[in-house]
Amino acid sequence: MKHLLSISDLGADGIDEVMRITDSFVEVSERAIPKVPALRGRTVVSLFYEDSTRTRLSFETAAKRLSADTMNFSVSTSSVKKGESLRDTVETIEAMGIDAVVVRHGSSGVPWQVAQWVDASVINGGDGWHEHPTQALLDCYTIRQRLGSLEGRHVAIVGDIKHSRVARSNVLAFTALGAEVTLVAPPTLMPPSLAGWPVTVSHDLDQVLPKVDAVYLLRMQKERMTEALLPSLREYTSGYGLTMARSNLLPEGALIMHPGPMNRGVEIGADVTDLPNTVITKQVANGVAVRMAVLYLLLGSGADLVA
Amino acid sequence: MDPDDVRRAITRISHEIVERNQGLAHVVLVGLQTGGVPLAGMLAEACHRIEGVEVPVGTLDVAFYRDDIGLRPVLPEAVTEMTFDITGKMVVLVDDVLFTGRTIRAALNALNDYGRAKSVQLAVMIDRGHRELPIRPDFVGKNLPTRRDEMVDVSAQGVMIGDVVVKP
Repeated sequence: MKHLLSISDLGADGIDEVMRITDSFVEVSERAIPKVPALRGRTVVSLFYEDSTRTRLSFETAAKRLSADTMNFSVSTSSVKKGESLRDTVETIEAMGIDAVVVRHGSSGVPWQVAQWVDASVINGGDGWHEHPTQALLDCYTIRQRLGSLEGRHVAIVGDIKHSRVARSNVLAFTALGAEVTLVAPPTLMPPSLAGWPVTVSHDLDQVLPKVDAVYLLRMQKERMTEALLPSLREYTSGYGLTMARSNLLPEGALIMHPGPMNRGVEIGADVTDLPNTVITKQVANGVAVRMAVLYLLLGSGADLVA
Repeated sequence: MDPDDVRRAITRISHEIVERNQGLAHVVLVGLQTGGVPLAGMLAEACHRIEGVEVPVGTLDVAFYRDDIGLRPVLPEAVTEMTFDITGKMVVLVDDVLFTGRTIRAALNALNDYGRAKSVQLAVMIDRGHRELPIRPDFVGKNLPTRRDEMVDVSAQGVMIGDVVVKP
């Protein structure tokens, strides 16, 4: 496999293989010296046209733990400010000799476009409202780690589904691994069409919570809300926020997840993050190991993972 | 070699390990994934019979340390389990077949990341020759001349070249 653009590039078997290799990188991450020489001499570039803390740092940490060299590109300090086009920027970076590029962009489809311009491997680090495959992989890994498997599990994804690339990738990944997915959101935050999505839909979080093995809260994306989709954030919280009172509706052992960054007091109660079944920091820790697995599979292993 | 021959070789190598290290006080066994892991377990049992000492056993997958990454598909076969610090220990690496020596080279690099061993020794059931690096075993079940293209299979059930059982 050359690129990781969409979860559908992997399929169930590919996701399982990423999970299996991730187990080995979790072991590496737990060592006193959490570094292996697997990708010595390779160069990984982060090409981020949108802000990010965890995805960029996570990929950078992953690359460094594989002994790859890393280059960092962020729009605010680059020639993009002088009007350089995406294609010129990409070709300039590639001319420096790179092996992989992690692309984040506000427009859907940009990683596919970049993949046509370069010989390097392209990893989708989030494109618009479309996909964020490594987030879905680390979420699958975290659920598998805590619950054993996703087969037959029930996951509720709650919040701003409409603008969420995390929701799209997670629906594909969770259902590929045999989980049942319920999307919970006010009608204005649902995509205009769910045709072809193997999910059920609810607008009543209190009714869904007692039946799930994991609840996945999405961030309210204030930066993507150009229309008046909600009367107010407080009204959203009263209907769809996971407050402490609401978290008591969850069955024993059900996981509470969030891709970050959190709006505490909006989609998640400030104190809910301290509950023992909240795995949000575990998601971040697993993110590094999962991204090591992805980088290794694309750049080092020579393995063919095509679905 | 039939199962009894393998068992006898294990017993002899265990005695050699005890002799070389003047007991088992600081000895740890590390089986290489996947062929060396069952042999390391058998050696630990034999050591326990001889000296009454429980020798720590770890397993090591060297995929991420190999020198042929990018030249052929290289994937880990199992998760490494090294639950002890090897600093100051006599580490006995255990593998089924010693061939080019490249796996052992990778294992030596991997071991570095788990501490500074006092010494590293190598035990193999079969030394089939064709070394490409300056590596030699300390403990050998059997020296077995082979052609490069032959497949050697070692298990508790015995040692085979292709479908042919190796003579002890």
